[in-house]
Amino acid sequence: MPPPSRVGDKVFAWFALAMALAVVALVFLVGWQLARGSAVAIQKFGLRFVTGSTWDPVAENFGALPFIYGTAVSSLIALIIAVPLSIATAIYLTELAPSWIRHPLVSLIEMLAAVPSVILGLWGIFVMIPWLRSFAFPLLKKIFGWAPLFSGPIYGVSMLAGGIIIAIMILPIVTSVSREILRSVPNLQREAAYALGATRWEVTRIAVLSYAKKGLFGAVILGLGRALGETMAVTMVIGNTPQIRASLFAPGYTLASVIANEFTEATSDTYLQALFEIGLVLFGITIVMNLLGRLLLRAIGSTSATRAVQ
Amino acid sequence: MTKLHRSIGKFFGVILLFGLSAGASAQMTINGAGATFPYPIYSKWFDEYAKVDSSVRFNYQSIGSGGGQKQISAQTVDFGASDGPMSDENLARAPGKILHIPTVAGADVVAYNLPGNPALKLDADAIAGIFLGQLKKWNDPKIAGQNSGVTLPDQEIVIVHRSDGSGTTYIWTDYLSKVSSEWKEKVGTNTSVNWPTGLGGKGNEGVAGQIKQTPGALGYVELIYAIQNKMPYAEVKNAAGNFVKPTAASITAAMTTAQIPDDFRFSITNAPGATSYPICGATWLLVYERQKDAAKGKKLVEFLKWALTKGEVIAKDLDYAPLPNDLRERVLKRVDEIKM
Repeated sequence: MPPPSRVGDKVFAWFALAMALAVVALVFLVGWQLARGSAVAIQKFGLRFVTGSTWDPVAENFGALPFIYGTAVSSLIALIIAVPLSIATAIYLTELAPSWIRHPLVSLIEMLAAVPSVILGLWGIFVMIPWLRSFAFPLLKKIFGWAPLFSGPIYGVSMLAGGIIIAIMILPIVTSVSREILRSVPNLQREAAYALGATRWEVTRIAVLSYAKKGLFGAVILGLGRALGETMAVTMVIGNTPQIRASLFAPGYTLASVIANEFTEATSDTYLQALFEIGLVLFGITIVMNLLGRLLLRAIGSTSATRAVQ
Repeated sequence: MTKLHRSIGKFFGVILLFGLSAGASAQMTINGAGATFPYPIYSKWFDEYAKVDSSVRFNYQSIGSGGGQKQISAQTVDFGASDGPMSDENLARAPGKILHIPTVAGADVVAYNLPGNPALKLDADAIAGIFLGQLKKWNDPKIAGQNSGVTLPDQEIVIVHRSDGSGTTYIWTDYLSKVSSEWKEKVGTNTSVNWPTGLGGKGNEGVAGQIKQTPGALGYVELIYAIQNKMPYAEVKNAAGNFVKPTAASITAAMTTAQIPDDFRFSITNAPGATSYPICGATWLLVYERQKDAAKGKKLVEFLKWALTKGEVIAKDLDYAPLPNDLRERVLKRVDEIKM
């Protein structure tokens, strides 16, 4: 019998390599195109573009700091709300929930991921904002009003509202990924902890969470990636005002929103270039955040390794 | 083998037949792109025009005025559409002379949310003061003075403006620049501007949503949108000193009295005339004076003539303001000058 032909294997390997390289090429192409589209603006405004806080299409004076600030703050709010919720949900689903609760809950969470952004935005305008304005925000102000974060007039549309909408949008993905990670923790871990007489909470904390820490952090980074780029729903509730205010009740603006808002009606060259540069900044932030995430991940990995040694 | 071959033969036969029949009734497609504001009336026109001339089909993408200007300059469409006239700079860059053909006009109304929604009257000073952030309260004498008999609350005015670039904002800021030198100097006219104050809502629906939900809110939306959504809106004092309600008639009146140059790149905000509504603007189709494709050019000219005569009647049903007769005659004359 002749040996089996290796041609198929080779073709497959080359094909897979080509596909993988195509993804890399795509990232570079996007970056290159954005840089090319904003070349004149980069030259004209220089560093002022990221430090300036005036966005004036009439005078063609463009500074993107309020948008960068808005993207960072709204994403941070979203993570603060969504991460504990998601991880707690994932723990409940993998460690505690009986299967008659688990299955419907899992499909419900996955359904939440399928809700289109515009629909969430409309829900935000017509349901969430009125509730926030007349109930939740006044309550927050009453309790935490002494802090600058929760002071000032309440309009409903605000940085906080934007953050809450993003939190709802990243919740499903962070939950699903966290659940997969917790499920991949070997049962041996849990059994070993039980054998030492640990309670359920101790088992979860010692055997499951610390084992899955790295993966959970990865899930958070994935959520952050989505949060930075969310556009439609955020635009509808954040108030679209390019300003930097301490209060979370004040309206804000994000990088993705200003592109969506102004790109279609921008007619002058400098204006279009500035919007392209906003895209470039957002692209850069996303990549830097992911890189930072990876570095942090590595740092966490080494600490748990050293602890294991000790 | 025979069965398979026969079915393949049949398959190709069917394709051939389709090809022939498609060739026989070949429709010419004229492509256009641009402004969103006139999209409802344009699609109505294209629908109606299909009954007049079935040999031509129009395909219109409402991608925004910026896109419309760009695409006609790049010659990727047969006509463009814009809510604002093209700048000299952009016109110079196009490979040929582009004509501005005004089609219909619309207005921005001042919509608000007050207890009981009383009828309000506002003048230019009050509107500019509010949007500059200088008039902060509803019961300010500058507002109350014009509205005797209406009890205005001692409440902060929550200003709502468009956050997306739009022709509506262009008209609004064009008006404010004309009536307030301070606005002209500090803010200026554009499809989006650096707002001194207020919240941004996306689209007419975003602004309307925020006004409806926020007690004490005030903002601007398109007249058509306000009518369809039954929102209260103010009468505005015009250049002649009369308070005028925005209607198709008062918009057409503004076009009658406004100074209109021969290239039809006009602004009709703050127009003179006793019955003109001051915050309104036209929308334009953009076509090349010399058409590259003679057959398409001929059909396009036929359509433009139909739109400016029969089409204008339909416009009123959709609450768009038609052009006044003398302006229409001037535009028709210009359409005749399009060369193939």
